[in-house]
Amino acid sequence: MGNFLTWVVWLVAAAACLGTGLRVVTASNPFASALSLIGNLASLAVLYLLASGEFVAAAQVLVYAGAVMVMFLFVIAYLGGRADAPWAGGTRLIQVSSVIAAVALLAVTLVAVGLEAGDQLSSEADVTRSFGSPAAIGQLFLTDQLLAFEITSIVLLVAAIGGVVLGMRSEAEGDRVPGKDAQ
Amino acid sequence: MSGPGIPWYLAVSAILFSTGVAGVLLRRSPLIVLLSLEIMLNSANLAFVGFSRLHGQMDGQIFALAVMAVAAAEVCVGLGLIVAMARRRLPLDVDVFSELKG
Repeated sequence: MGNFLTWVVWLVAAAACLGTGLRVVTASNPFASALSLIGNLASLAVLYLLASGEFVAAAQVLVYAGAVMVMFLFVIAYLGGRADAPWAGGTRLIQVSSVIAAVALLAVTLVAVGLEAGDQLSSEADVTRSFGSPAAIGQLFLTDQLLAFEITSIVLLVAAIGGVVLGMRSEAEGDRVPGKDAQ
Repeated sequence: MSGPGIPWYLAVSAILFSTGVAGVLLRRSPLIVLLSLEIMLNSANLAFVGFSRLHGQMDGQIFALAVMAVAAAEVCVGLGLIVAMARRRLPLDVDVFSELKG
C-alpha cells in the first residue's frame, strides 16, 4: 500500500513538474511563465523528498521558490511584463529547428544513458534514516566539503557586488525610468 | 526504496533539460531565457539528487546545494543586466544583440 501511494505521489509530482516546465517555455505572458516556474520548483521539491533529499527539498522551496522567484516577479513587474509569444509572427525556421534540436538532445540523452548505464541504475544503496537530513548535510559541509562551502560563499559575495555595480546609475543616463518615456 | 527507481528520475530530468534547452533557443525575451536556464539547472539538480540516492552518498546533494547557490548568483547578475538594459532603453530582445556575432 505504501509502495502504491509513493508511486501515485511521484507520478503526480513528475507530471506537474513536466507540465509546468512546458508552460514556462510556451506561455506568452512572462508572469504566467514565472508563476509556472514556482510550481515547477515546488513539484521538484516533492521529487527530492521522495529521493531522500530532505534538506535539498527544503532549501529548494526556501531559496528558489521563495527568494529567487520573488526577485524574478519583482523585475517582471518593474519592466511591465510585456507579452512575448514564442510563435509571434508565425513559425520561423529557427524556431522549428530549436524544437527539433531539443527533441534530438532528449533522444540522445535517453539512448546514451540507457545503453551505457541501464543495468547499473537498478540496484540502489541502502540508506539510513538520517540520509539527507540537515544534520548530515551540515556535517558534510563543515568537514569533507568545506572548500565547496567557502567557494560558494565567495561566489555569492561576488554576485551581490556585481548586482550592486550593475544597478548603479551612471551620470550619463540620468534618472531615466522605463515607462516614463511615454509621458 | 519503495516506489519509482532512479531511471524514472533520470528520465524526468532529461525531459526537463530538453524543455529548458528549447526555451533558451526559442524565446526572445531575456527574462524567459533566464527562466528556462533555471529549468535546466534544476533538471541537473534532480539528476544529482537521484544519483546521490543511487550510490547512498550525500556528496551529490552537496553539489545540488552548490548549484542552487550558483543559480541564485546567476539570477542576481542576469536580472541586474536586464534592468540595466531596460534603463538604457535597449530593446529586450536577445535576437537584437548581435554585435559580437562572428
